[in-house]
Amino acid sequence: MVGIVSYGAYVPLRRLGRGTQGWRAPNEKAVAYYDEDSLTMAVAAAIDCVGDIDRRTIDGLYFASTTSPYKEKLAATTTASAVDLRSDILTMDVADTLRSGTGALRMAADTIKAGSARLLLVTASDCRLAPPRSEMDQTFGDGAAAFLIGDTNVAATIEASYSFSNELLDMWRSNTSRYVHTWEDRWVYEEGYFKVLPPVIAEFLKRCGLTTQDITKFIFYGPNPRRHGEMAQKLGLKPPQIQDPLFSKMGDTGAAFVPMLLVAALEEAKPGDKLLCASYGDGADVLLLRVTDQITKVKPKRGMKVHLASKMIVPSYEQYLGFHHQPMGNEEGGGGPSASAIAREREAIYPLHGTKCRVCGTVQYPPQRVCTNCRAKDNFDYYRLSDKKAKVFTRVLDYAAPVPAYDSPSVDMMIDWECGGRGNFEMTDKRINDPRTDLPIGMEVEMTFRKLRVGGGIHHYWWKCMPLRESWLEKEEK
Amino acid sequence: MAESIKDKVAIVGMGCVKFGENWEQSAEDMMIDAAYEAYEDAGIEPKDIQAAWFGSTQIGQGEPLATALKFDYIPVTRVENLCATATDAFRNACFAVASGMYDVVMALGCEKLKDTGRGGLGGGGGGGAPGSALMVPAGGPFHYFSRMANRYMEHYGWRYEEFKPILAKIAVKNHYNGSLNPKAHFQRPITEEQAINAPMMAWPLGLYDCCGVSDGAAAAIITRADIAKNFRDDYVLVKGLGLAVGARQGYLQQSYDMVHMEETVRAAQQAYAQAGIKDPYKEIDLAEVHDCFTITELVIMEDLGFAPRGRAPEYVKEGRFNLDGDLAVNPDGGLKSFGHPIGASGLRMLYEVYKQMQGKAGPRQRKNPTLGLTHNFGLNPGSGVASVCILGQRD
Repeated sequence: MVGIVSYGAYVPLRRLGRGTQGWRAPNEKAVAYYDEDSLTMAVAAAIDCVGDIDRRTIDGLYFASTTSPYKEKLAATTTASAVDLRSDILTMDVADTLRSGTGALRMAADTIKAGSARLLLVTASDCRLAPPRSEMDQTFGDGAAAFLIGDTNVAATIEASYSFSNELLDMWRSNTSRYVHTWEDRWVYEEGYFKVLPPVIAEFLKRCGLTTQDITKFIFYGPNPRRHGEMAQKLGLKPPQIQDPLFSKMGDTGAAFVPMLLVAALEEAKPGDKLLCASYGDGADVLLLRVTDQITKVKPKRGMKVHLASKMIVPSYEQYLGFHHQPMGNEEGGGGPSASAIAREREAIYPLHGTKCRVCGTVQYPPQRVCTNCRAKDNFDYYRLSDKKAKVFTRVLDYAAPVPAYDSPSVDMMIDWECGGRGNFEMTDKRINDPRTDLPIGMEVEMTFRKLRVGGGIHHYWWKCMPLRESWLEKEEK
Repeated sequence: MAESIKDKVAIVGMGCVKFGENWEQSAEDMMIDAAYEAYEDAGIEPKDIQAAWFGSTQIGQGEPLATALKFDYIPVTRVENLCATATDAFRNACFAVASGMYDVVMALGCEKLKDTGRGGLGGGGGGGAPGSALMVPAGGPFHYFSRMANRYMEHYGWRYEEFKPILAKIAVKNHYNGSLNPKAHFQRPITEEQAINAPMMAWPLGLYDCCGVSDGAAAAIITRADIAKNFRDDYVLVKGLGLAVGARQGYLQQSYDMVHMEETVRAAQQAYAQAGIKDPYKEIDLAEVHDCFTITELVIMEDLGFAPRGRAPEYVKEGRFNLDGDLAVNPDGGLKSFGHPIGASGLRMLYEVYKQMQGKAGPRQRKNPTLGLTHNFGLNPGSGVASVCILGQRD
């Protein structure tokens, strides 16, 4: 039976919350850094999801988001390249609605059922912008979830699904707008959210021959905690049946919201649990999942738990506006990277391939045709470095770099991978108070796919290094 | 077995402009001033030059030199080799003379950096990103050497509080020497406190750990050694010419320690072998080395064999490289005082050694020097270029 073989998530490190000067909302929300977007977060969630599964066995990737970096150009191909999937695969973006995450899940299940693929990756990520200091800006958060969908070793089978299409301008963003628009909120909820979702769920349960009581957990969309709570009441749910919407920790993560909550639910699920997933936007998607014995064997590396628990509180709302709302350079202007050079170096850029010499075994990055050690010519295999840990060999703490104050000093690390090979990368998601002791030589780092810059209409991605995410687990508590 | 260049070639004239922010001078003005000082010094006419090598990183052809000096359709070759550009122009000119093809040639280096509207050498930020043709290692020059400084401290267990004053001593020494040199860009001594407390650039390197950026030009007239006495008695002989280029070993191989510059070590080996130098610390009287950053000079002391590995800080502390020390390093003030007009620096260094050999270095004059060395280093340790020249007094 088709279902979820593996799952993973990504929550950006930075949070607005208590401790953020100028942030008045009672909740915390997760916010992407300047070098993150829906695509980089999708890559992070996908890597969290695939774990040790051979990435060459994956037959496709569906990228779901309302905030793809491109209007014309797949984010799914870039994501698949960064995750190091094969090329003879199915890649497609599922876009333009808050339902795109659940829609992609349905489509993936159908693709598997139709026999067009055996294993598919689905990513759902979002990074929506609301006007600064608006009500929406208090709730909008950023994040991503990823699922491997297949029909063997399934941890949660997709038992049934149902969709409802409803034409309504309650929340939208035109193709020229930066910010999400919404109609008057009373109308939005009364004529949209509350009018659509309860009957759709009721109809779905009826079709499945189930009642509300049969469902272990309801995972459903809500724009904010108040409306989400009202919906739980309307559906007649008992508190244990309600999946924590995590508003207080991450905010409304758009198309990734329900998928991320599903990941959170799966982390706690027991064999036999029935999970109902309902997204909302231009109608609704509903899925019924049944958790299998396999669930005990599948654990994402970090999932929602570690990602939520490891965080950095942004010191001020002003700083957040700087890294989150300001456009990254002159997006349409010249001075962009070279498309032909990027294409030529794609092995080095996207899957972070180095070369491993077939004669002497030396790993080297970027790929070298003539071996740096034994000079063997054109006798190498590509070797993925994105998933290898490394240690800092030496470092640059640049206090004079032309970067915004919140990112100064800019940090460049020369790193030695544990598998061999040396690289030089910018460090992101770092904090430095004392240059004598912070970010020391010898510290462990991992690789993270980030956006370097935007120019000439091109979003330019590469890998950076960062302190291990787990190193943030206790920092904020101190 | 290849032959040595030793004693085959002589310098019979040199010129060097005052380095600095030469707003009023064009590149051509500086070429003319450096060349005519050299002509006069050698006692020759412009028409005596049979071929020229022109070093510049920014001026991309030999033609501007021919035009500035109104050469009469003689060969002019433009040489570019990063920070060793001028030295490599000189080196190639020496080889041409040694081949017997020419009797009198010129090597001239010139750089006009102060017309760009921005400070610094550029680079920094944005480099290193793939999507450029070659994935050049990231960052500007101070990244390269901040990497080395951080590694050196880690490798030898230096704490910032003790290491920073060592770097400061190098800056203080070079600025003091520069204060005695009317051709230097900066002619003001500084204090250790100033150097230590200057704004941080790339930790642990502050403002005074970095050299300045300036305009400059310098020139040399080179002849065969056997005819040098026709020009002057106190000509200066070329004893060795070494050049080594890295293949990014520092970036590709984990075994590269980043506390030395293999290029410098190799270039020095070549030059010492040619010159027959066994104990450089004892035999060499003065050295003009590439102090683009204080940490660079420190490590160069070890790479050139002036100090044992890991002990350069101790030698610096003891003042062994001061103007009155065992081996004067950067007696003219170095890049720290002259700034670094890239394509001119190597010949500026040769100018000081040449004057010292002739006893014409004024208040900076060392007592009877017989052997002097110049050294340049460009780009990254382990992926750079180093040049070493040895000049000596005639017998």
